[in-house]
Amino acid sequence: MPGKSGIQSGGSQGVGVEGELSIPYRHAAGRHAERFSREMRDNRRIMGVRCSRCEAVLLPPRPYCGFCFEPATEWVEVADEGELVTFTSVQGDPDAAVFEEPRIRALIMLDGAGVHFPHVLGEVAPDDVSEGMRVKAVWSEDRNGTLSDIKYFRPI
Amino acid sequence: MTRAAAVVGAGQTVHADRRTDVSVPELAREAARRALEDAGIRARDVDAVVFGSGPESWEGVNRPEGWIGPALGVPGKPILRVHTGGTTGAAATIAAFYHVTSGMFDVVLAVACDKPSERVAGGLPDDEAGAGFTLDTRELAAMQARQYIDRHYPEVREEHGAMVVAKNRGNAAKNPFAQVRTPVAAKDVMASPPVATPLKELDCPPLADGAAALVIADERRARKIASRPAWFAGLGTCSAGAFMPDFDMAYPEPCVRAAQIAYQMAWIYEPLRELDLVEVYDAFSFQELIWTEALGFCNPGEGGKMVEQGITAMDGEFPVNPSGGILSANPGGAGAMLRQLEAALQVMGRAGEHQVPGVKKAMAHSWGGALQFSTVTIFSHRM
Repeated sequence: MPGKSGIQSGGSQGVGVEGELSIPYRHAAGRHAERFSREMRDNRRIMGVRCSRCEAVLLPPRPYCGFCFEPATEWVEVADEGELVTFTSVQGDPDAAVFEEPRIRALIMLDGAGVHFPHVLGEVAPDDVSEGMRVKAVWSEDRNGTLSDIKYFRPI
Repeated sequence: MTRAAAVVGAGQTVHADRRTDVSVPELAREAARRALEDAGIRARDVDAVVFGSGPESWEGVNRPEGWIGPALGVPGKPILRVHTGGTTGAAATIAAFYHVTSGMFDVVLAVACDKPSERVAGGLPDDEAGAGFTLDTRELAAMQARQYIDRHYPEVREEHGAMVVAKNRGNAAKNPFAQVRTPVAAKDVMASPPVATPLKELDCPPLADGAAALVIADERRARKIASRPAWFAGLGTCSAGAFMPDFDMAYPEPCVRAAQIAYQMAWIYEPLRELDLVEVYDAFSFQELIWTEALGFCNPGEGGKMVEQGITAMDGEFPVNPSGGILSANPGGAGAMLRQLEAALQVMGRAGEHQVPGVKKAMAHSWGGALQFSTVTIFSHRM
């Protein structure tokens, strides 16, 4: 939040150098991310992987467990519903643009998962949200293999 | 530890919303020069430099180590750049400590700097598999605060975050380098507009251009350079994965572990009694309470009581953030080093107007990433 304290320093406005960047990129998604994405898009399924040692079901799926350093190759379908762990009602983006409606960001423990799943809540007012409530995914008809294939989670 | 090391000089810039008068290397140099002058040594007396800064997009300058090195008098000497999210500045100090205690170098300059007013919006994309799974820092802190309050209500309430802000902003009024030096009352914090519930505008930190630097020396040189060095007594760092099973944001394990490691090294059994103060990385108001608990100064849920009863006030039994903390000055990668710098100055008895009387042992803490990096540094007046 620049500009908040109103303090500027240095007195004189220095000579500025301006420019603009456009940065195209193409990343290798990795073996597991590709399947995760395809399952979301084609089958409306959330797929995790199980660590071969600690047996936690990991999201986002990756070929290793970041805690045990062991392979994680067994695919496990995770439910598209679960329990709300925590949430925040966000009033605007970090650059201070205010949203028309507050956006409720949430961490959800999906049934069968070992790691929190981040998403947004819908069909509910911020004041009616509470930790521990059950929520279920509302899928989009127009899916492209990203987390936005789920429009939001609604209370059940 | 093969041999002892101490902070023998410290320097920082004023932390301001925008520094239009200096470039990135000039900003880093300003802090480095002050640290060298403070130690009473010259750049040629330094054996190696460790430089910490955020992602390049935060300086808006490509490969900053290339430009900043010469500004610090490094040519002909080793330079190492480190970056570990919010703990970057502390990591630079820790790397300098490793340099010295290994026996490879006698005098090392650690510098941390960021210039977020000139940052390149957006930065680079996240790892493809992690994309969409990351939260922005504010959302993360808001959810952390929610979990913390809900677990401990009514012992911890939103008002306790506001009390932290009021305390730290009051302390910052005595710190000439702080970014926000106007005191606010807890009721002003409560009345400020919601940002990401339960965080309100004044629960969140400002963002500053700023730099910090420390001169770190081995035992022999430290005794020559400073009459009262701040000796490293304990050090703990802990990192965790990005998407951890069973991760408890309201009592983060990396922080607990880092503290345990540091206490063990410093032979500290009762932190509240054996330490005189702590500078924690209070990037958001409630975090000060969460860290106070995770670092073992009180039991889980008692953080609210600590601030409400004035225990953590500058003139309280156990001051927390007498400098004003991150809530009063937030220069990106330099913020974590500032915690160490302030703790070291307190031990050296040279913190100025916000000096707490009779400090013998002081601690500095920082966190970074998705709460996944934690550092704890303990300084002592005795080796």
